[in-house]
Formats: sequence, structure tokens, C-alpha cells
Amino acid sequence: MKSLKTACMAALLTAVLTLPLLGAHLVVNGLSTTLVVNLWPVGIAVLLVFVAQLLDLKARLGAITQALPTVSLSSASFSRHIRLWLAVVLVAALIFPFVASRGAVDVATYALTYVMLGLGLNIVVGFAGLLDLGYVAFYAVGAYSYALLSQYFGLSFWVCLPIGGLFAATFGILLGFPVLRLRGDYLAIVTLGFGEIIRLVLNNWDSLTHGPDGINGIARPTVFGLELNRRASPGGTTLHEFFGIPFDSLYAVIALYLIALLLVILTLFIINRLVRMPVGRAWEALREDEIACRSLGLNPTLIKLSAFALGACFAGLAGAFYASRLGTITPESFTFIESAVVLAIVVLGGMGSQIGVILAALLLTVLPELARSFSEYRMLIFGLVMVLMMIWRPQGLMPATRPRLELPTAEEAHQ
Amino acid sequence: MKSPLLTVSGLQMRFGGLLAVDGIEFQVNPGEIFAIIGPNGAGKTTVFNCVSGFYRPTAGEIRLDARAITGQPGHRIARAGIVRTFQNIRLFRTMTAVENLLVAQHAQLDTNWFSGLFMLPRFRRAERDALERAAYWLEKVGLREYANREAGNLAYGQQRRLEIARCMITQPRLLLLDEPAAGLNPQETHELDLLIRELRDQHDVAVLLIEHDMSLVMEISDRILVMEYGRPIGIGTPAEVRSNPRVIKAYLGEE
Repeated sequence: MKSLKTACMAALLTAVLTLPLLGAHLVVNGLSTTLVVNLWPVGIAVLLVFVAQLLDLKARLGAITQALPTVSLSSASFSRHIRLWLAVVLVAALIFPFVASRGAVDVATYALTYVMLGLGLNIVVGFAGLLDLGYVAFYAVGAYSYALLSQYFGLSFWVCLPIGGLFAATFGILLGFPVLRLRGDYLAIVTLGFGEIIRLVLNNWDSLTHGPDGINGIARPTVFGLELNRRASPGGTTLHEFFGIPFDSLYAVIALYLIALLLVILTLFIINRLVRMPVGRAWEALREDEIACRSLGLNPTLIKLSAFALGACFAGLAGAFYASRLGTITPESFTFIESAVVLAIVVLGGMGSQIGVILAALLLTVLPELARSFSEYRMLIFGLVMVLMMIWRPQGLMPATRPRLELPTAEEAHQ
Repeated sequence: MKSPLLTVSGLQMRFGGLLAVDGIEFQVNPGEIFAIIGPNGAGKTTVFNCVSGFYRPTAGEIRLDARAITGQPGHRIARAGIVRTFQNIRLFRTMTAVENLLVAQHAQLDTNWFSGLFMLPRFRRAERDALERAAYWLEKVGLREYANREAGNLAYGQQRRLEIARCMITQPRLLLLDEPAAGLNPQETHELDLLIRELRDQHDVAVLLIEHDMSLVMEISDRILVMEYGRPIGIGTPAEVRSNPRVIKAYLGEE
């Protein structure tokens, strides 16, 4: 009887929720727009929910999913072949832009930017356990560093890239120094505020940043000093002129993709080394127990700052790249939703897990692009995925398995 | 007479209206095992927290050798050579035993990022030495075979010993043990007794100890400070303390 009552309630709720979404459509017919009401989809949805509730499908589904064997990619055989896998993935990633369509390469470049952002935030949230909701601020600092330096001083992308990273890291330290004594929720709120402050400053400092109009005509990166434009700037040489081939804008797309790939590989390399270094161990120890760390002579502030600055640095690099790829940036590119997406990438991937973060970044950037046709449901699906993840796999797609330093056991040592 | 390693004078700690510790005076000499005992709530752990830099005392002075360390932050004091264990063990529970010992060497290790990023020989050597030191201390506290086990999964007594090893690997001059025998069975307590003596004799460390297990305290301590309601009520050798009427009154109550 109780299940009948819940089923009726659920059906009613479904009707209320789906009526505007599924029941009514705006039909544009020439100049007149009419509202067409079609109740069939609503009826079907209500019926489905009613039956599902009545049969307690959720519990049954739960039983089924529990019975399914879990596929663990981090098994022993996987880690044994990890070098082989890495090589395969790398080769595939290198060949990809030359065989894929222009649109696909563009989306992939976009996705790689988010991979970088995800990996950077993973240091802060995943390794050091500091919840940073204003990560986009550092992305913005990197982007504007390059845009402004290029515009006012004509500095090239490759000079500005490290500068953008350094600027972002500096902002990370500036923000980190006063706020890192805060913990958990408080830290999250302050970083959230910081993200908004940076955006508002960019929006209102008209004389420097051109306010909401943003900065246009930011120079593209060069490839070994060769420009990727149709016409060379005074004193420059373009790629197609150098090789004596006709101009094709696809070259620029491919070059940008390869630069993004290079940056991601650099990020991965640095982070992989860091987690094996004393500072990586200190991050984890600090996440576990700050008081114990202090009692052993580790300076918590310094260690947190290093994580914060490093995460910010990678966001800065990604930002500089972003600015150079699009050629135009506005403060509106750096709203809170960007921070939320990057955080979602880290959480979805599994905090502290690098492969997981990469997968999640690709998933969250590529899928919406593929599913453009129902883009109005994007946020709905996004939310649904997050809720389902929290229920079934709160540890993320691929939970972190940190590289452990093993001490050979006594028997092994004697052999 | 050697000059004292640790000198605590006129120590006072006030939390709002509560005077938790007042008028505490004692010295710990190099190579000495010094115990602080007293009923629950006497302020023993508060003294520890002041000495190890977790609290900033409201009055009084703490000196390591001749240097005042009063009110310095905990990590600075730890680097100066005073490290502590905790009443409720504070290991890095999801890290393995050997990793716990590696983290503890952070202050001594080469933290140059450049040599680490490029795995220069200097970095590899430092890491290998750190692992060797960790192996040595694991062996010493009988945890060699549990090196790669997560610290949180070790048995209670093993966790206690790992925490002591984690302190010792920082090469302290003064080791602060907060109820090291709590929760240990008689056999384990006996092993702890031997371990503490060994640390003192072979590793040149003085020990400041809070303990409720009277047989352990009386057995290993060179001198004992007795506290009640935040104030000292007696100090001296175990024999002196045992015959001190105020101490007997505090422990056994008045006739």
C-alpha cells in the first residue's frame, strides 16, 4: 500500500516537472509563434515513473549493479603494461590531428585545455585536500597576462607562457598566504570570492583590460618562429611560405592541438615526479593530519602554499594557451561555472587520480560537443551524472592509486 | 653537572577563566628520562603542548639549551629537536609504515625541486638514504615486515611503536611521549620499557614522559614531577616521590 502511495506522489511530481519540458513546444511558423501542447510524452513519463516506483525498480537495479563485476583498470596487469599503454595513447594522440576532421581536432584542443586545468586543480584539491572554488581566477590571470603582454609589449607566446604561469603562481601565493590558515568550507568560500574579484577587476578596469569588451586580436603562437597566419607580420615568416606550400587554416588548428598536447605532457611529467618527491608525500601527509605534520617539523603553510602556487601555475599556462588559441578573451570567459566544471572534472575523475581526471576532462568537454542537438538538456544531464556518481561511485571514475615507495621485505632483500 | 637540556620555568597556561597550568618548574638533563604524572585533568598534556609549541604559554619560559623557544610555532620547535607523540595516536593512516617515516624526514631531506624533477643522482641518493634510515628504524621497533602495510591497519601496539620510530627518525634531542603505554598489554609495556631505555642509551635522546602506568614510570624514570590541578606538588626520584606525603594524599585521598 505504501509503495502505491509513493508511486502516486512520484507520478504527480513527474507530471509537474515534465509538463513544461516535454508537454509544451514553441512552434515557429513564419512570423507567428504558437505554443503546441502535446501531452503524450508527459503521459509516458508519468506512467514510467509510476510503474518504476510501484515495482521498486531502484532497489532491484541496485541489486543488479552490485552483482556486476567491477572492472578495475588499476589491476596488476594494467600497471605492468603501463609503459606500453602510454606509448599507444601517445602515438594515437600524435596521429589524431592528421586523420581527424578539423572540428574534431578543435574539440580535442579544447578538451586538452581542460585536462590541464583538471590536472592542476587535482594538485590542490586531490593531493593537498584544499577545496578551491576560485580556480578560474588563475586561469584568467594566465590568459590576461599573455593577452596584455602581447598587446602592449608585443611579446611572443613562448615568452609569455612561462610568464603567465609565474604570474598565476604569484597570485596563488598572494591569495594563499592569508587564507591558507582557513580550512574546508571557509577556504572554499574565500577562494570563491577571490575568483569573482579577479573577474570583476578584469570587467571594470577599462583602461587596462578594455572591460567587458575584452581583448581582441591576440597573436597566435608561433611554431619555431614561424607564424600560422595567412599573411606574415612585418619582419616575420609564415609557415606555409617557409615550406612553400599553399596556405591552409588547418595547419594552425593542428599546431595548436600539438602545443596543447605538449603542455599536457609537460604537466603530467611534472606532477608525476612531484608526487614521488618529498613534497608530494608532504601534501598527502598534510591532508591526513596537519597536527602530526607540525609535530614532525613540517611547515604546513609552506607546503600548502607550494600546492596552491603549483596548481595556479598550471592554470596560468592553460590560460595563456586559451587566450592564444581563441585570439580573443573577455571576462565572461572566466565565470564561476568554469571553476565548477573543473572541480567536477576532479571529483568525477577521482580525487588525486590523474588518469581519472584526464578521462573526466575528456568526457565533460567532448560529450557536450557531440550532443549539441540536445544542448538544452546539457546541464540536466550534467547534474544527473554528478548525482548518480555520488550515489554509486563517490570515489570517482578511477579512484586514486598513489605510487607507493615500497621497502623490499627482509626476504626479498636477502635474495 | 651538565647543563640542562630543557628548562621550564614559571610556566602558566590560562584558557579564558581556567588556569590549566600554573607555576610549573622543571629541568630535563641530557640523557635523562623524566616523567610527569598526576591524576586526570592535572594539566600534564597542557605542559606537553606548551613545550612542543602547540600552545603559546600565557607566562613563563621554556629553554632548549640556553635558547628560549617559548611560543615558537610547533614545526620550528620540532626542527630544533623536540618531537612528540600523541595520546591518541596520530599516524598518517592511509600511508604505509615506511612512508610515515619518509614524511618525518622531510625537514632533513633534500627538498630541491630541480634535482627531484630531473631525478638527479643527488636526489636518488637522498631518497635511498631516507629509505635505509626508515628500514633501520622499522627494524628497531620490530615493524620491518610491516613496512608496506598501511599504518591505519597496524595493530594498536604496533601503531604506538611506529609513532615513536617516526619521532626518532627526525634525530631529536628530546623525545616527548604522551601516555605511550596506554592501551598496551603487560608484555607490550615491558617491550616499551626496554625500547625507551635503548633510545636513551644508544641514540642520545632525553625522554619526557607522561604516563599513568605507575610500574612503568617508577621503573624507568630518573626523576618524576607530580602535578595536581595544574600545580606541581612534588618532584624528585621515584623513591622520593613515592614517600612524599602530598603525592600520597593526591593519589590515595585523605584519611
